[in-house]
Amino acid sequence: MTNPELKPVIDVQHVSKVYDNGTSGLTDINLQVRPGEFVVIVGLSGAGKSTLMRSLNRLHQVTEGRVLIDGQSITEAKGRNLRQLRREVAMIFQNFNLVKQSTVLRNVLAGRLGYYPTWRSSLGLFKDTDKQRAFKALERVNLLDKVYQRVDQLSGGQQQRVAVARAFVQDPKIVLADEPTASLDPKTAHLIMNDLKSMNQDLGKTVVANLHSVALAKEYATRIVGLRAGRIVYDEAIRDVTDTDLTDIYNGGSLTGDGQ
Amino acid sequence: MRIPKRTIAQRFHVRLVGSLLILIGLLIVSNKFLRLDFNALIQNFDQFLALLKDMMHPDWKSAPFVVQPMMETIQMALIGTTVGTLLAIPAAVIAARNVITNKWITGAVRIVFNIVRTLPDLLLAALFVAIAGIGPYAGVLTLTIFSFGMITKLFYECIETIDNGPLEAILTTGGKRSAMVVFAVLPQVYSRFVSYILYTFEINVRASTVLGYLGAGGIGQQLQTSLSEFRYDQTAVIILAILVVVLAIDGVSNFARERLQ
Repeated sequence: MTNPELKPVIDVQHVSKVYDNGTSGLTDINLQVRPGEFVVIVGLSGAGKSTLMRSLNRLHQVTEGRVLIDGQSITEAKGRNLRQLRREVAMIFQNFNLVKQSTVLRNVLAGRLGYYPTWRSSLGLFKDTDKQRAFKALERVNLLDKVYQRVDQLSGGQQQRVAVARAFVQDPKIVLADEPTASLDPKTAHLIMNDLKSMNQDLGKTVVANLHSVALAKEYATRIVGLRAGRIVYDEAIRDVTDTDLTDIYNGGSLTGDGQ
Repeated sequence: MRIPKRTIAQRFHVRLVGSLLILIGLLIVSNKFLRLDFNALIQNFDQFLALLKDMMHPDWKSAPFVVQPMMETIQMALIGTTVGTLLAIPAAVIAARNVITNKWITGAVRIVFNIVRTLPDLLLAALFVAIAGIGPYAGVLTLTIFSFGMITKLFYECIETIDNGPLEAILTTGGKRSAMVVFAVLPQVYSRFVSYILYTFEINVRASTVLGYLGAGGIGQQLQTSLSEFRYDQTAVIILAILVVVLAIDGVSNFARERLQ
């Protein structure tokens, strides 16, 4: 379903990241993601998957190179411009990153913060259309009955689905998911992955996810990117991915892809 | 089975023993410099007993005259705590390293707050009595600055212990830092803030009894008068009144804090 003629919605150009303590996180990463793709990044812990993902929305500052979101450099963006680019890139985290003391509704509405001046959001003056949007998103993830509950009363799986609803209402072009299922049981993991899949297929969002589970990667990805020691060592469309390839990404065997 | 060896420092508990030795050393040195004379305390004990004897017969007739200055003290503490808190919330946010990532800004404001906190409340009271004149106004100003210094530090240290994940999450929605504070920082610290405010209020009530001594209004002024007139029977009533109020506030704030948990 991805058209190679389309302009990449994420364009990572020669990105390297060296941490302040001198350890190298990423080395010369080049990656183009086209609209509508569901890219899953796999690799060992410490391979740089999270670092790469956090460079895409500039939670990390890269040392070299740049990242273009829809043609605009987020690496060099400042202030309002940066916020507008970030609005196009929702993120789902391993630890959910919800405000546990707040209600489900307030956490979901937080997805709209990029569209409001602070005085307005602080007073809770969200537009009615945005409240409807939040209710609809919660209905989508089957949590509408919990709308006025505090988040700390929900289970881990429910919390992650609230985070998914927050990404829904943000209405981004891209959804990043950093180990979204790592702290969940297999059944709930599938629920979350199905949510991401529906965002991808029904709403046309581009999804980039870091996953530890090879099985989930094969089930949901349209394309798999392998990372090892901060470099891309594998990059294939799902129809060309074999089980040997995947074990090689983890075990360091010879790979047919570029890199080593 | 091979168990890794502990380091020598771990085996002989060097840190614990070392800190104890340093503490004992400091105690000995300070005692030497201060020349604390415990004999004087024992020799003049009869004076203490005499004072205590006078105070054993409280002048209950003076009780009605304690009520009004006591109310004044509580009001001073209330206004001082409230205004101090209102100033402290934005100040603490600017000083918190996880909200303002620029170390120069947090460092600079912390120096200012440290200076504010270093000023003793008695010095502040003397200063404000000189500026605003004798009376509760000076007391309120003193307590405001005093609360500000204390609450700011408690608040920013509290903010730095929160879960930073939600802060990041707000940034990824394209929200501003100010929205991040309202949506992700304040809900996480709210209940601890309230308990710090109650705690500060308690301290302010106690502090304001002393401030009256310098003419900053409230029950302290009454206390000072009774002492200078050697009316220890009246002093006793005042001290009892303070005790009752402090216990009451302590009880109420404990109750409120438990409910917030």
